[in-house]
Amino acid sequence: MIEVQHLTKRYGPFTAVDDVTFKVERGEIFGFLGPNGAGKTTTMRVLTGYMPATEGKAIVAGYDVFEQPLEAKRRTGYLPETPPLYPDMTVVDYLTFVARIKAVPRADRKARIQTVMERTRIADMANRHCAKLSKGYKQRVGLAQAILHNPDVLILDEPTAGLDPKQIIETRQLIKELAGDHTIILSTHILPEVSQTCQRVVIINKGKVVAIDTPDNLTARLRGSETMYLQVDSAGADARTTIEAVPGVTTVGIADSRGAITGFEVNSETGRDVRRELAATIVSRGWGLLELRPMRMSLEDIFLQLTTQEPQTHAEPAPAVLEMAHE
Amino acid sequence: MNNILAIAQKEIKSYFASPIAYIVIGFSAILFGWFFINLLYYFDRMSLQAGLGGGGPESMNVNEMLIGPLFMNVSVILLFTLPLVTMRIYSEEKRSGTIELLLTSPLTDFQIVMGKFLGALVLYAAMLSVTLVHIGFLFAFGNPEWRPVATGYLGVLLMGGCFLSLGLFVSSLTKNQIVAGMITFAVFLMFWIVNWISSFSGPTTQAVLNYLSITDHLNDFTKGVLDTKHLVYYVSFIAFSLFLTVRSVDSERWRG
Repeated sequence: MIEVQHLTKRYGPFTAVDDVTFKVERGEIFGFLGPNGAGKTTTMRVLTGYMPATEGKAIVAGYDVFEQPLEAKRRTGYLPETPPLYPDMTVVDYLTFVARIKAVPRADRKARIQTVMERTRIADMANRHCAKLSKGYKQRVGLAQAILHNPDVLILDEPTAGLDPKQIIETRQLIKELAGDHTIILSTHILPEVSQTCQRVVIINKGKVVAIDTPDNLTARLRGSETMYLQVDSAGADARTTIEAVPGVTTVGIADSRGAITGFEVNSETGRDVRRELAATIVSRGWGLLELRPMRMSLEDIFLQLTTQEPQTHAEPAPAVLEMAHE
Repeated sequence: MNNILAIAQKEIKSYFASPIAYIVIGFSAILFGWFFINLLYYFDRMSLQAGLGGGGPESMNVNEMLIGPLFMNVSVILLFTLPLVTMRIYSEEKRSGTIELLLTSPLTDFQIVMGKFLGALVLYAAMLSVTLVHIGFLFAFGNPEWRPVATGYLGVLLMGGCFLSLGLFVSSLTKNQIVAGMITFAVFLMFWIVNWISSFSGPTTQAVLNYLSITDHLNDFTKGVLDTKHLVYYVSFIAFSLFLTVRSVDSERWRG
């Protein structure tokens, strides 16, 4: 449904998207994950025909977005980062205008607008001016606008940004409902959002594709091998061999040492959590256990740059988004 | 065509939903009224003198002495008001992000530009239509010829079209409304005064400068003369500005 080949976009000397290639099948929900400035929005803008790529090819719904932009745009719905609303129009007026420029047949317009308003739960705001809507409603009107012409492909740039937890759940639910009829690409910098909604994920960083896989596989790869950082106070000379002798531990290296305090890097067998055994061993030898924490793999390093975990304590968790400094 | 109309209607709605339309129309009407009264008093004095045999002009013609100069004065109003209309056309869409909606919809750049131009033209026509009241008075109490009035309106409409298309182009160049407004105003003024130095220059320069002047071409229209030379000037001016706008919008995509 969507095919991107060697896509590159440069702004002068700055490369925003660097040789990105991926493919999205019909009916799939495909996630774009990456920190701010990673090139998610730029890639989406190229796919929607907002801007041309410097190099490469993009095929959306069977049409090349550079060669046959109108055909491709007719089959694409796009929700930009800021919903593109006209402040002085009412919601109905706005959707009517969008229906006209998106070539929804005149006879279907009213019914279509009604359906879409119910689907995105904005019918109660139908006659309100867009400027007077809350952030959540604006986002939903933006979503209504994107699905109005029943496009094959939906491209959503951070559809849940700025929504409250309840709205986030609703929006995710809506996006899941829309999959099947529509092929969906959505971008986010919230990791759990990806695992909850997307079937496949591409991780982009600094314009380059870091990984493409299903969320489960990605998570598995992250947990593939565990590395711990262990800091011990006044350890004996045999500390290294002692730690190596702990069941499950494969290799041990000295990471740093300051006076009596020594830091070790402990690798363990795949999928095995050796923290309990490590702690017990250290304590039983009478050494001071100062620190014991898992060290992240490179892929998770990137994940970490992007996200923090959603707190799992609430029934309806709010995403805690770590705002990254702009690179 | 449907797309062009959709954009045009959206533009018109947004003019009339904001204070812009009312302020532009209202203040233009006041200014036009002032010009009208001024010329009317002048005409009144002249006809009084002529009636007394006090050496007024040979024949009193309301078209030549009142309506003609009135149309010429309209260009002054346009100079100040139209930059205010056009400066936001593109910059506003860029600022609010709605340009993303337009550029990702199945519309050609030409349709967007044309729709916006038509929308602005309708607002301008509404602004002009207020002046029909003044002209109506002249018809009610005098007997001016209607043909020079009709050509005069056509000329003024075309001249406004030139200003609007040029303003649209400038607006497409920048995200900043003030910048767009100021540049538009300066360029308008330039086209207005470009032939002021023509009397000091050689015959060729003089001809070129006179031809370039937007207001100079209006003269014949107000006298009831439909000259293809002037029609071609106005229409090609508009077409060229719109063409530049389409190119500018297109290049915006490339520059990102």
